[in-house]
Parts: sequence; structure tokens; C-alpha cells
Amino acid sequence: MSVNSNGPRIDLQLIADFIAPRARVLDVGCGDGELLAYLEQDKQVDGRGVEISQRGVNECVARGLSAIQGDADTDLVFYPDKGFDYVILSQTLQATRNPREVLEQLLRIGERAIVSFPNFGYWRVRLSLLFRGRMPVTRDLPYSWYDTPNIHFCTIRDFVALCEEVGATVESAMALDREGHSIGVSMPWWFWNLFGQQAVFVLKR
Amino acid sequence: MAAERARIANNEATEPSSKVVRFGADMPLKLDSGKVLSPFQIAYQTYGELNSARSNAVLICHALTGDQHVASNNPVTGKPGWWEVLIGPGKVIDTNRFFVICSNVIGGCLGSTGPATINPQTGKPWGLDMPIVTIGDMVRAQVMLVDHLGIDRLFSVIGGSMGGMQVLQWASAYPERVHTALPIATGARHSSQNIAFHEVGRQAVMADPDWRGGRYIEAGTRPEKGLAVARMAAHITYLSEAALHRKFGRNLQDRAALTFGFDADFQIESYLRHQGMSFVDRFDANSYLYMTRAMDYFDLAADHGGRLADAFRGTSTRFCLVSFTSDWLFPTEESRSIVHALNAAGASVSFVEIETDRGHDAFLLDEPELFSAIDGFLRSAARARGLEELA
Repeated sequence: MSVNSNGPRIDLQLIADFIAPRARVLDVGCGDGELLAYLEQDKQVDGRGVEISQRGVNECVARGLSAIQGDADTDLVFYPDKGFDYVILSQTLQATRNPREVLEQLLRIGERAIVSFPNFGYWRVRLSLLFRGRMPVTRDLPYSWYDTPNIHFCTIRDFVALCEEVGATVESAMALDREGHSIGVSMPWWFWNLFGQQAVFVLKR
Repeated sequence: MAAERARIANNEATEPSSKVVRFGADMPLKLDSGKVLSPFQIAYQTYGELNSARSNAVLICHALTGDQHVASNNPVTGKPGWWEVLIGPGKVIDTNRFFVICSNVIGGCLGSTGPATINPQTGKPWGLDMPIVTIGDMVRAQVMLVDHLGIDRLFSVIGGSMGGMQVLQWASAYPERVHTALPIATGARHSSQNIAFHEVGRQAVMADPDWRGGRYIEAGTRPEKGLAVARMAAHITYLSEAALHRKFGRNLQDRAALTFGFDADFQIESYLRHQGMSFVDRFDANSYLYMTRAMDYFDLAADHGGRLADAFRGTSTRFCLVSFTSDWLFPTEESRSIVHALNAAGASVSFVEIETDRGHDAFLLDEPELFSAIDGFLRSAARARGLEELA
């Protein structure tokens, strides 16, 4: 994955749209730095990355990004309160051991937290369980149950409930279809929960 | 040959073949011990040209037994500079773009004032009359050198091991003068285990009857055996078990069977003996005592009320730390605790851990991942500072 002539992945573009120019941004689970590189180029942000895989970190640093090896579950505690304008957790929440604690940390470190995650309430996921009786293996969730890094799946509704529990205000939210396009901005939660393949939330506390 | 090298090394300690700046009585060096070193001198090398904006200076800090000859032949051994894999025309630290400075540390033995340097007050080598120096003292002396060269702000300060300690000290004490800091394979303090190894080395030197209470130069002797043993013990800590096994295993040295004696039956023994003996030709035994002590005393957090983050509070320096998976002298955890402190201080920090079995010494070797990290980091830092010509 890299920033090509067509721009970044659509879901990354959507996240970028939430971010003000020259903001201080921490990308937790930054991978090889695709989003950070795009944000630095397009929004001139002061970006930092945390990534659990050392290979990803080394690639980030080699391409000139500021990144460290770290674990969202254990290493966010070292950051000061409100040290960033935005803390991004892109497609990583479901792989953390303690998503609630991670979410609390994001809200503590950032003025705003931007969280994207795959929606386990998506109709294809439901169908797989309903008709095949098997844990879903789809294009976007390609792992078998026994080797998946995704240990804490949730649905959009589950996530909304968690936000309420931790006292986070949802400033903005959208559900994305399989291609990463935003679906029905004014649709009710149940619709998003069924037809959203993933979701992006902007939270504040 | 060995005697000739020792003679050259002795001369270099007072009259270095490199550049040297001598600070007179009007510019004393105030030491952490409370003592004052004056007059004193700093031997250094430079490579490349300082640009008109004076914005392209890179300071390289050397490790325990390193010297200022980072990218040119060593005058004692005749061997290439110790970091020529990294520094030179067209290399990652490109001397066509950067003005590279490397000085011999205070307490060293290749031309900066150290125990083997002639003390102008007595006409004899300083020996143990030389006050104990710290990492902070080394850096304070480097600041005077950088001032002497007319440079306000260094584009980068880079070093591994003891050099990395100096980098941390620079960034902590002079943040406004350091745009980027690259501490490699180092720690913010010397661990108990590391102090222990250094103590073994010092005791080996001082137990050698030829050490003569530190006055061996006047006595015309050299504590070769003690210093060689110190080097042998230290050298083991620079490698890793895996690398030793890969290179030497239990292979025998030029023989088909064990000799049932104490000769160097094994290749590893022969290798270590060679490392020890070649070291004593180029390094002063007293200087080894001072260098190891400086590392032992280093504890950046203790200097800031026990909170390492306070050593970097409000810094705008951009950091990139590097560690190596098989380094057990300065394990990754040491770097990680610095990273956490920098995070807490809100600093811009990158941290790269490189997988290798080459142990602590990996920072001196041809490690492509190290080079691509340094290259990417320096180029982006140059762009961030609007120095496109350096990026």
C-alpha cells in the first residue's frame, strides 16, 4: 500500500477530510505510514505514528515519518494529556486487548479521537453466521477464527454504546460500504449497522 | 611494529596530526566534579564544507575507544575511519552536503586533553592527576569547539553507545542548538551490569604491575596485559552469543585436536587475544579508566530529579533512536524508556529497532536498515527546517 496517483485508500481519505491543516496528529497503528504520509503532504500536519510491527516502523522512518514501535494497549499511557489535536485509530480497535481502555486513552491524549473499525453487524457477516454457521471470512476480514489478530469485534451499535459508557460525544460519524464510500448520511443507526461494512467516528470528551 | 604504534599514539596524545584547538587560561573548562581543566585542548577532524548559512553542520560523537578520525585513516593504526561505512562523499551522511565534525573527547588519548597528554604545568603526562570527566564535561568541551567554529545550531548530533550518551546530553542541555538528535544503541544511564563489566576492566588494568600507579609513561612501561584483558572482557559484551556461535562455534585454532593445555585451542580464544593485543597498541590504559568512569557516572534522569522526561521538557529537537535486537549491553528496553520519556515530554521521536545477531557492535557495521532509517530521518528533518538542499 502506498500513496499512488489516485490518492490514498478511500477510507483514509475520509479520515483525512476530518483533519484541519497543520494539526498535531498521532496515528495509532500507522502501518507503513500511508495515512501519515498523505496527511503530511496534503495537510502539512505535525504527524507521529505508533505501530506494533517493527517492519512498519522502519519503513515509516525510512520514508521520513516520525514513528515508534509500540502497542496501543500498553504504550499510550506515556503520552501527555491533550498532546495532540487528533489521535487516529484506524482499523485497529478490534485488534486491541482492551478496547475500552484504549478508547479512554485516545480521548485523554487527543482533543479529538478518530476511530475507524470493521462493522461486525454488516449483513454479509450476519448471513455467514446465519446460513453457513461459520465465523465469517470475507475479503475485508480474511482471517480464520483461530489465527485472527482481531479479537474484539463489535458492531456499530456496540461502539455507540461504548462511546456513551466512556462519556464520549460523537461529533461526526459515517458508515462506509464495501468500496469505502459513505452511505446515507442521514440514515438511522440500524441501517448503518446492517449496510455499513466499516464505520468512522469522530469523538470528543 | 607494536612499539612504533605506541610511540605514534603517545605523540598524538599531545601533538595530534589532526586539527586541534587550544583553549588558554581565559577559557577554562568547568567540570562536573567542581574542578577546572585549564589550559586544555580539543583535537578534531572536519569533513566537507560549512555552508554560508552555517546550517549543515553534523557533529559525530565517538564511543568509548573511538576517536576523531571518523571518516579518514587513523594515524596510529593506518586503518580507515571507524564510521566510513556511513560517512563520506555520497554516503548516507554525505560530506558533499554536510559539514561533519568529530572531536576526540576530553579524557581521550588522541589529542584532546587526557591522562596521556603532557600537562603544561608539570611537563609530564597528566596521568591520574587528570580530573575525572563526565559525559556532561565532554559535551561542554564540544560546545566550546562548536562555538570556536562559529556554529550556532547543529543540524544533527549523532553517536552510538558512549557517543549516544553525548547525543542525549547535547539534546538535554542545549536543545536550542540541536535540530536533530540520533542516539544509537545507547541508554540514558549506565546499568549496574555495565558498571560491573567496566569495573572488571579497570581492575585488570590496575592489577598489572606495569601500570605503576598510573605513572607508566614516565617509567617507560605499559600495562599491556591488564589493558588487553580489559579489552577482551569488554569485547565479549559488544557481540552476541549467536554471533559468536556463528563465527567461531567450538572450532579449533590451527590444530586438529585439543592440546590439553592453556594455549589458545579455540578460535574464539585466539580471536579475543588478538583483539586485546591490537587494542593496547592504539589506546592509553589510563584513558580507558577515565572513559569507562564517564559512562558509569552517566544518569540523565538523576540529573533531573529522577524524571527522564524532565530532561527533555519543551524540546523542539527531532529525535530518532535506534537499537539492535541482539544488543545486550544497551538492550532495546533502554532505548524504549528514552522514547517513553520523550513521548511524555511531547517531543518528536522516531524509534527503530533493527533485527540483527551482531550485538552492540552492529551500530559500527554495514547495516542497511540503519542507513535507510538515518537517511529518511535526516532528509525529512531537513525538509521540515526548510533546508531543501540538504534533503
